[in-house]
Amino acid sequence: MPEQLVFAMEVTLNGLMAGVLYALVALGFVLIYKASGIFNYAQGVLALFAAMTLVGIMQGQVPFSHLINAVFGGHITHFGWNVPGAVAIALTVGVMVLLAWLVQVLVMKHLVGQEPIILFMATIGLAYFLEGVADLMWGSEIKTLDVGLPQGINLWIDETTFNIFGYGFFIDNLDIVATVIAALLVAGLVAFSQYTKQGRAMRAVADDHQAALSVGISLNFIWVLVWSVAGFVALVAGIVWGTKSGVQFSLSLIALKALPVLMLGGFTSIPGAIVGGLIIGVGEKLFEFAVGPLVGGATENWFAYVLALLFLVFRPQGLFGEKIIERV
Amino acid sequence: MLDNSESYVTEDGRTIGGVVMEMKNITLRFGGVVAIQDISFDIREGEIRAIIGPNGAGKSSMLNVISGFYVPQEGEVLFHGKKRPPMRPYEVARQGIARTFQNIALFEGMSVLDNVMTGRLNYMKTGLFSQALWKGKAEAEETENREVVERIIDFLEIQHIRKTPVARLPYGLKKRVELARALAAEPKLLLLDEPMAGMNVEEKEDMSRFILDVNDEFGTTIALIEHDMGVVMDLSDRVVVMDYGKKIGDGTPNEVRNNQDVIDAYLGVSHD
Repeated sequence: MPEQLVFAMEVTLNGLMAGVLYALVALGFVLIYKASGIFNYAQGVLALFAAMTLVGIMQGQVPFSHLINAVFGGHITHFGWNVPGAVAIALTVGVMVLLAWLVQVLVMKHLVGQEPIILFMATIGLAYFLEGVADLMWGSEIKTLDVGLPQGINLWIDETTFNIFGYGFFIDNLDIVATVIAALLVAGLVAFSQYTKQGRAMRAVADDHQAALSVGISLNFIWVLVWSVAGFVALVAGIVWGTKSGVQFSLSLIALKALPVLMLGGFTSIPGAIVGGLIIGVGEKLFEFAVGPLVGGATENWFAYVLALLFLVFRPQGLFGEKIIERV
Repeated sequence: MLDNSESYVTEDGRTIGGVVMEMKNITLRFGGVVAIQDISFDIREGEIRAIIGPNGAGKSSMLNVISGFYVPQEGEVLFHGKKRPPMRPYEVARQGIARTFQNIALFEGMSVLDNVMTGRLNYMKTGLFSQALWKGKAEAEETENREVVERIIDFLEIQHIRKTPVARLPYGLKKRVELARALAAEPKLLLLDEPMAGMNVEEKEDMSRFILDVNDEFGTTIALIEHDMGVVMDLSDRVVVMDYGKKIGDGTPNEVRNNQDVIDAYLGVSHD
């Protein structure tokens, strides 16, 4: 087999794995957009907040310690204990649910029936507010997150591919685990929305608010639920990305990577978010591999956005988005 | 006047029970506009009660007051003799009051079956976690609800479209699916907002038949709004007539038909 083709295969595989991570972030957007029509600008910050909270709890950090020390003149920073990963994750889920409830009760509840642009602005405000709170709560240093996900080259794939092609593929264990986690998450979400009472109610609210009210569904409850689920998805994305590149404030920028994914996949489609993520992941890696050397590299930074732009011109609803039909 | 618990016999010989829902001196304003002005009436168990009136008379507003979408500034709503505090629409629905909408509010993305199933949501008691942990119980519950839903689907003759996405259905069938969803909740009171609006003659006849059959078969108490006089007179046991937010008539179709105020409102006597 020609060498170039073997390289391309490795690049494609790596692209698929990167795509899964993009899809993971995009999923959170789709969930909230579908159920409430809100484009949640704060989704990236939610992931950051979740990851920081998780690390903070694991390391036994005292929340708001800077603030407490400044006001009371103490020097406390840590409780002096470490919380095991699983327990910390459970606690963080609790924090995200609480956050979802606060967002609904303090912000979104008062904006019911407003224009989408106003809801969008509210989420921008929420994003900056949350970023500030995260900073105040847990400090701004870069932290490493280790909940026990395996990392480093997968030797089995390396050896197997070496035996077949005479060239060992470099696939990161973390990427493989992330793919499995994402698959489980999506399967879980689908099962939830298809087979549970709350999932049915969630789909109903996504479809028609009035009708949902008339069959006895509380919109408030469903929106808290949706924000909780989005918070949970953000936590998963935060764990994977945080493990990969450390928990730091630039983590919230992964939201920017999700935008082109959404434009490709459509804002209302869960399969769209996945396929869109995979296309962008594979596309940018292959493009870099094939065209990058000709233009001096660094195409990964812009490829996704150019692709999204093309989609906006030729198919604005995305691959799987709801069709835009205008009736006259 | 009848006592609240007394029953009466209709013109076609059916016996109607005591009061289910009583509206007492309801006034509803939107800013300076008075949509409903000091209206009182009751709905009795097992009857088909119509609210009629010309366009803009406040009929839909009245239905929205009953179903909790609007909260009146003055007056009391009594359900089964108890004063109802101001409630959100979903709380009213959970009390056993189901409704349909003038402009059809269905879940367009779901199949007919799924739409009708949402009417059963309040009968699904198993929580999120027990659903995940104890599959058997959740399945038994699902089967039970499915049986009720299938019976209603059969009854309204929409078996052939059970799996069709609602968005693809013609108008008349959508109205029927909406009725099915409301019925699936096995309501104590069923509110129909212009069930025959925009239908052709044949569809109207079908819908009338279904409304009568529902009332007859399940004993459902029905309150409906309609501005087609002919249809209303054939269907209903008692009629409230509204005009410009006021009640101008209340009684059996025959009584109402001979009421001078009602005749004036419909023929358009000038209001000065």
